[in-house]
Amino acid sequence: MEVPILKQGEVLIATFQAALSDADLEHLRRGLVHQVVKLRSRGVIVDVTAMDVMDSFASRTLREIAHMIRLRGAETVIVGIQPEVAFAMVQLGLTLEGVATALDLEEGLAYLTEKFKNTD
Amino acid sequence: MVKRESAPKDSVTPGNPGVERVRSEAPSELLRELVAHLRQNRTQLREEWVVRISETRLLTAMTKEEIFAEATSVYDSYVEALETEAFEALQAYARNLSERIIPRGVETHEVVGIVLLLRDVLARSLFAKYQTDFKKLNRILDAYEPAANRIANTVAVGFVQERERVIRQQQEAIRELSTPVLQVRERLLILPIIGVIDPQRARQLTEQLLRGIRTNRAKVVVIDITGVAAMDVTVANHLVQTVEASRLLGATVIVTGLSPEIAQTLVTIGVDLGKMNTVGDLQGGIEQAERLLGYKVVTLAESR
Repeated sequence: MEVPILKQGEVLIATFQAALSDADLEHLRRGLVHQVVKLRSRGVIVDVTAMDVMDSFASRTLREIAHMIRLRGAETVIVGIQPEVAFAMVQLGLTLEGVATALDLEEGLAYLTEKFKNTD
Repeated sequence: MVKRESAPKDSVTPGNPGVERVRSEAPSELLRELVAHLRQNRTQLREEWVVRISETRLLTAMTKEEIFAEATSVYDSYVEALETEAFEALQAYARNLSERIIPRGVETHEVVGIVLLLRDVLARSLFAKYQTDFKKLNRILDAYEPAANRIANTVAVGFVQERERVIRQQQEAIRELSTPVLQVRERLLILPIIGVIDPQRARQLTEQLLRGIRTNRAKVVVIDITGVAAMDVTVANHLVQTVEASRLLGATVIVTGLSPEIAQTLVTIGVDLGKMNTVGDLQGGIEQAERLLGYKVVTLAESR
């Protein structure tokens, strides 16, 4: 399943669909990093609003995406984690440590805009 | 049992038609007969029952009129249950009745008591009616007793279930009330916690807070635990999880009002205090939250 990646200025927005297989996640990871390089983006927003469950593989992949993108000098924000999903995640010890998070797309963009200002 | 005792003695012979007729009476026929009797004597038996209820000083929370009204519907449901053997309907009736009388302060022992009294009153009337035919009386009782016992049981269980449902509902309401999530500024929520937190309440707290963060689009949450005396390791872990889950929704949590005991517990379980933002008291917490949100509070004199 292709995850659509949209460009909004210097920011890329990847919107997760509900059920992503491990292969989809792998594919996305490579695709995102590739796009960041090609388009010289400064920020990436991964919107997981549609995900109703987050397992350890997905969580690890998100952290790896953020890590790899940071190595390219860009910042990642995960947005749209649902309350129930957040609760389940912390109970499993999946805290997405080291990765920025925001409530939704609007907040994610505000966060990145602020970040860009500080690093200009 | 009379039936078994007399079976070898009574034999079906053409010259003994009376015995044959009696032995062919089915239990359902006996029930019908007894139900008919109870219906015919409804007024008198119900009156007797109400007298017994006040003699034994049950249902003191209700007026005479109320008792009479309820007694009528209980009596009719009782007889109908005997007739139809529809115990589910009876259980629904019992729960319904309980819903009406529990708020009036009626207790379990009263409900069980009056049902047993009715059972006795009806049994006595059967003794009176069939006193001349001991064998028939026994057969009638064979039909009556199991049904009457089942009725008493059904009503008692229905009553208790309703009480338990009310208690659960009240507990839920208390829990909801005691963990309000309050918005005090744009994007700023306060969660004042008072009293004892058990794991269940802690879980409910977390769920309420996360929903509140999403609804109010909060960026900062101040959780004040001044009113919490002590916290065990499980609940302390819940608190840490609440902080972590809030972060996943993009909100920063400031915990205020930690007592020395709770501070000790947190250190003992090895909480990474770098992850938990704490401030001494609620006032300090709100001030820090406002700073995080870019507010600055000045007095009117200063702002001139």
